[in-house]
Amino acid sequence: MSLNGRACIAGAFEHPTRKAEHASVAQLHAEVAAGALADAGLTAADVDGYFCAGDAPGMGPLSMADYLGLDRLRHLDSTDIGGSSYLAHVAHAAAAIALGRCDVALVTLAGRPRSEGQATGTAARAQNPTVPDDAFELPFGRTVAAAYAMVAMRHMHEYGTTAEQLAWIKVAASQHAQHNPHAMLKKPVTVADVLASPLVADPLHRLDCCVISDGGGALIVTRPEIAHSLKRPVVTLRGTGEAVKHQSGGYPDLTFSGARASGARAFAEAGVTPADIQYASIYDSFTITVLVQLEDLGFCAKGQGGRFVADGNLISGVGRLPFNTDGGGLCNNHPANRGGITKVIEAVRQLRHEAHPAVQVPGCTLALAHGTGGLLAHRHGSATLILERTA
Amino acid sequence: MRDYPAPIEDPATKPFWQAARGGVLLLGWCRDTGRHFWPPRPISPFTLTANTETRPASGQGNVYTFTVMRIADPYIPAFVELAEGPRIFTNLVDVAPEAVSIGMGVALRWIPTEGAPLPGFAPA
Repeated sequence: MSLNGRACIAGAFEHPTRKAEHASVAQLHAEVAAGALADAGLTAADVDGYFCAGDAPGMGPLSMADYLGLDRLRHLDSTDIGGSSYLAHVAHAAAAIALGRCDVALVTLAGRPRSEGQATGTAARAQNPTVPDDAFELPFGRTVAAAYAMVAMRHMHEYGTTAEQLAWIKVAASQHAQHNPHAMLKKPVTVADVLASPLVADPLHRLDCCVISDGGGALIVTRPEIAHSLKRPVVTLRGTGEAVKHQSGGYPDLTFSGARASGARAFAEAGVTPADIQYASIYDSFTITVLVQLEDLGFCAKGQGGRFVADGNLISGVGRLPFNTDGGGLCNNHPANRGGITKVIEAVRQLRHEAHPAVQVPGCTLALAHGTGGLLAHRHGSATLILERTA
Repeated sequence: MRDYPAPIEDPATKPFWQAARGGVLLLGWCRDTGRHFWPPRPISPFTLTANTETRPASGQGNVYTFTVMRIADPYIPAFVELAEGPRIFTNLVDVAPEAVSIGMGVALRWIPTEGAPLPGFAPA
């Protein structure tokens, strides 16, 4: 069954906080749920499907249904593929809706790594004795930054990609973030600024990394008939794709990501090509994440990502492919260390023509949102959505 | 050298770490496909059968990719491509970060911990 046209995103909400010192994680989930429902013009009593991932406290949907007071639930999903979970949730919600297993699905994400003082990207974690790879990886100081930096290093070696080209991705994000009053980093930066920032994990500098922020986001996915009965512009799901990429028994190829598979699936389902996409939300945990995904999604040939992102090509109003017009994870927000939901939210803003006027893509009707969750080098999930404004 | 934590051993990996204590790096070997695999495990990641064994590695390889973690006590995470084929996550030790390049030849250098040693690599 194709999911093309089977569901719509009727509500989207991004929590305005970037530092939630006095809120609990569960409370943040509740606040974004209320925000997305209000945005859609629905209430908690309408929700019969609920989706959350590993950032939700307790036993996922069980604990959260209790806390949120959701008492009509008939479909639950706690798929956890890191930061890409929430894009997968939208696809799973569409499948559930198409099968008649729910009508109004709520997806929530929230967390407060900033208030909790997590050294998210640079600290090696403790081994979990039941995770099979931990003993072979974590004693070596496997960190999030290292897992992305090693991909960047190999990309530079194979294709001649430069630190300057990677820096252009941050420059583009910062050009957008200056218009977002909620963005953590609102000041535009230059390529020179990125290169002058300290190295975190060669070749990635501090400004090649996303922010560590508190906050969250929520989405409402519903059937087209319900979406059309509401007052908001209708954003219809056209294509979905998921993939997992891992070490293949010890033969990892770090030159590509799971986006190659998830993107191809989404484009096939939507019946469109990368050239048709007017706006793209691309997961930006690090600059290299964006570059590899752009290649794998087909926006440029493998190895050409450096040239593609240079000279402002990702800046709205300047370049060919406006990306992350909210400032992205690189400058705006990376709540709970998981940026997937904010990728969908900004795509919805663009399709509703509710992005900041300075970054709104004129007449935007077709957008892509893509997420990568986990560790780019070691193992990660990929999820791609293609969305169209249909009314 | 930084302090490396001991790897947690489980029933399936105990033989690997026992061999490591004796200075032998074991790779998984899938009898169904005739291919090495990593990390070692009782069930083949290629065929999902238990038709597997372990085989000692030569300890020779080259750097597939690396980074330098620029913390107070920097270290060098890397993937090393072994002569036998698998690319394994490790650290490069006994080498200055500036001296490392992709493709350089490296050889096994065990890293001591309070438990079993870890398979690190140093310039060959």
